Amino acid sequence: MTIKQDERITLLHGAGGQLMGELLARLLKKFTRTSVESGIGLAELDDGAVIPLAGKNLVFTTDSHVVQPIFFPGGDIGRLAVAGTVNDLAVMGAQPLALSCGLVIPEGFPIAELERVLESMDRALEEAGAALITGDTKVLGHGELEGLIINTAGIGLAERVVTDAGLRLGDKLLVTGTIGDHGMALLAHREGLGFETTLESDVAPINHLIARALEVGGTGITAMKDPTRGGLASCLNELARKAKVGITVYESKIPMREEVCGLGELLGINPLEVANEGKAVIGVAPEKAEAVLEALRSHPLGRNAAIIGEATLDFPGKVILVTEVGGKRFLEDPIGDPVPRIC
Amino acid sequence: MCLAIPSKVIEVGEFEAVVDHGGVKKRVKLDLLAEPVEVGDYLLIHTGFAIQRIAPSEAEETLKLFEELIRATFDDEGPPVS
Amino acid sequence: MMKDLRFRDRAKAEELARLIERLAPAEPVKLVHICGTHEVTITEFGLRSLLPPQVEILEGPGCPVCVTPVEHIDEAVALAEQGHIVTTFGDMARVPGTRKSLEGARSEGADVRIVYSIADAVELARKAAKEVIFFAIGFETTAPTVAAAMLDGVPDNFSLLVSHKLIPPAMAALLEGEHDISGFLAPGHVSTIIGLEPYRIFPEKYGMPVVIGGFEPLDILYSIALLLRQLREGTPKVENAYTRAVGSRGNLRAQEVLYEVFEVTDHYWRGMGLIPGSGLKLREEFSSWDARERFSLKVKSNESLHPGCRCAQVITAKATPDQCPLFSKGVCTPRTPYGPCMVGEEGMCHIWHRYGGRPKL
Repeated sequence: MTIKQDERITLLHGAGGQLMGELLARLLKKFTRTSVESGIGLAELDDGAVIPLAGKNLVFTTDSHVVQPIFFPGGDIGRLAVAGTVNDLAVMGAQPLALSCGLVIPEGFPIAELERVLESMDRALEEAGAALITGDTKVLGHGELEGLIINTAGIGLAERVVTDAGLRLGDKLLVTGTIGDHGMALLAHREGLGFETTLESDVAPINHLIARALEVGGTGITAMKDPTRGGLASCLNELARKAKVGITVYESKIPMREEVCGLGELLGINPLEVANEGKAVIGVAPEKAEAVLEALRSHPLGRNAAIIGEATLDFPGKVILVTEVGGKRFLEDPIGDPVPRIC
Repeated sequence: MCLAIPSKVIEVGEFEAVVDHGGVKKRVKLDLLAEPVEVGDYLLIHTGFAIQRIAPSEAEETLKLFEELIRATFDDEGPPVS
Repeated sequence: MMKDLRFRDRAKAEELARLIERLAPAEPVKLVHICGTHEVTITEFGLRSLLPPQVEILEGPGCPVCVTPVEHIDEAVALAEQGHIVTTFGDMARVPGTRKSLEGARSEGADVRIVYSIADAVELARKAAKEVIFFAIGFETTAPTVAAAMLDGVPDNFSLLVSHKLIPPAMAALLEGEHDISGFLAPGHVSTIIGLEPYRIFPEKYGMPVVIGGFEPLDILYSIALLLRQLREGTPKVENAYTRAVGSRGNLRAQEVLYEVFEVTDHYWRGMGLIPGSGLKLREEFSSWDARERFSLKVKSNESLHPGCRCAQVITAKATPDQCPLFSKGVCTPRTPYGPCMVGEEGMCHIWHRYGGRPKL
């Protein structure tokens, strides 16, 4: 890639696709000390970092959240902030302990709305069993900021860390529920498209669900990741790439709501490429897969869990999708936030 | 080109109708249809406009034609070699 | 009706694939479709992996964004930079002009908005204090929606930057000069509007089979089988395999609306050049809504393709994306596109990149 002098950040740089990956790779080179006590650090680009501490693992992660609109079907920016951070800890194998909350608020923002957001955060923290123990608040003047920004950092403790890179040949891939709900609910709700749906975001802290899978799967759980930005497609590609294995998934086995599918067709957007905020992809050794599936399904947030594919020898680093009609294609890493395809 | 999606009419107004596509509802314009539209019809929607009424019976017909072509071809030339 | 599962049946797909194998001649056959949505179905469902090796299906100039001349993009960028609101369909914003794309202009502060329908752009103009321009691209399917909005009445601060194109003249252009095309899978939704008549010239003048096909995977496999049968029997004709949406005369009302607002003109197609009678422009009566008349637009455009780019061959069905070194080496990607086939979301290179298309997998 040629680097031009007048390069600027575009929205695609923040959309979780290939472009963002390349920008991060470039920016991360600016840092020299990127891990502690040879734990997982910046270089691994995992869901969180790990500091080995007194025989345990302290997991640390941070996220900034901006979402328009602030209140959306199924959730709001506060719930999203808590779930995002809790889930990043959970898919590292950690139980969350505590979160911080940094607020950047635009001048003129209604205090009542702010209270609603924080109350929602509190409910999500309650669900996760984590505490909010520190924070910071800034206000920016008119025109300097359009919406609310929430940054949350979180720490948790893990007995055993589960990374993105642990997938082994033959491991089964599970998803904990329906795919595409959050991204499609927001697209449907987005002003200007004029769609009416009953779709709701799946935003939820899923640390208890994952704890249940870990209890049953133990060391048979080899990899975990939450398919947020870039969706399932991006998540599976990352798992394949980091573990240097191929992944084959079967389209007909991927759980999806009818409305998600319908809206995807209307907009020409593949639901596998949009964000989920209450789901995880879990790699499980084949002999444990059924037991983990059962454990997931016994939890209210995992009712629709499914085994969608497996790690193979074919095309290491790539994901093959076997389509509904039996054709095969690569499931590629999305380029960035999908835009509606009209013509 | 031209992503156009068949959707079911659930409400009809003078110039617009509301269609349902897998539970997703959308208001669409009827300017490009000459004939009246009824609730239960299927419309082909392109960029917010209905561009054609779909004939569901023709879908059946097409599926039958698949069968016929398959049968005709293989009957002509004996059973498929697998 | 949505996602009609009967048209996605796996067992039936296998049967049709066997049928195709049976009907296919021993020598290579190149079938051409002219529709990004056909290419998406073919690639997204991995249909090429179900075809015998000698049967190839390629996308011709079926991506409206890809064939849009750079000059029109430069005009849209110029309008955005003049401080007006420019509205367009999703992927058009990403196509680089000579200096920048509409998205690039937006990142520098210009007001560029993505709309789902021209109706949204008109609605925006009613509320906005500024001039609102709709960058009107697309083929026969899209142009009538734009015409209908114009006939409905639009506010004074609204205007059109027209870049609509017509498919049959571009298909004819593919057959002029050297080619190895054996048959056309005609675009279903264009056909919904124009009907069967405009395709008659292909069997009659060029001896070329034409099948109008729908967009479900089985529709496409069935259409391929019909094309192969025509080839086998040596009886080229226009067959309609999408009767649930295409009447033989098309949508007469839409045609009427279309030609009340637009008239046919010669048009430049990126990668193909000037094609007579292949574009639309606003009729005299509507010229006051023509952005090119309303605003002074002097752009200096560079239409030439990157030296290594094989987009002209891809658009004319002479090459598959993987035959282009820029594609196969991973140099040309949707974010670092060298040619329009990678930029437009309906371009064959883009679709192959996005949906992992390969000839065989």
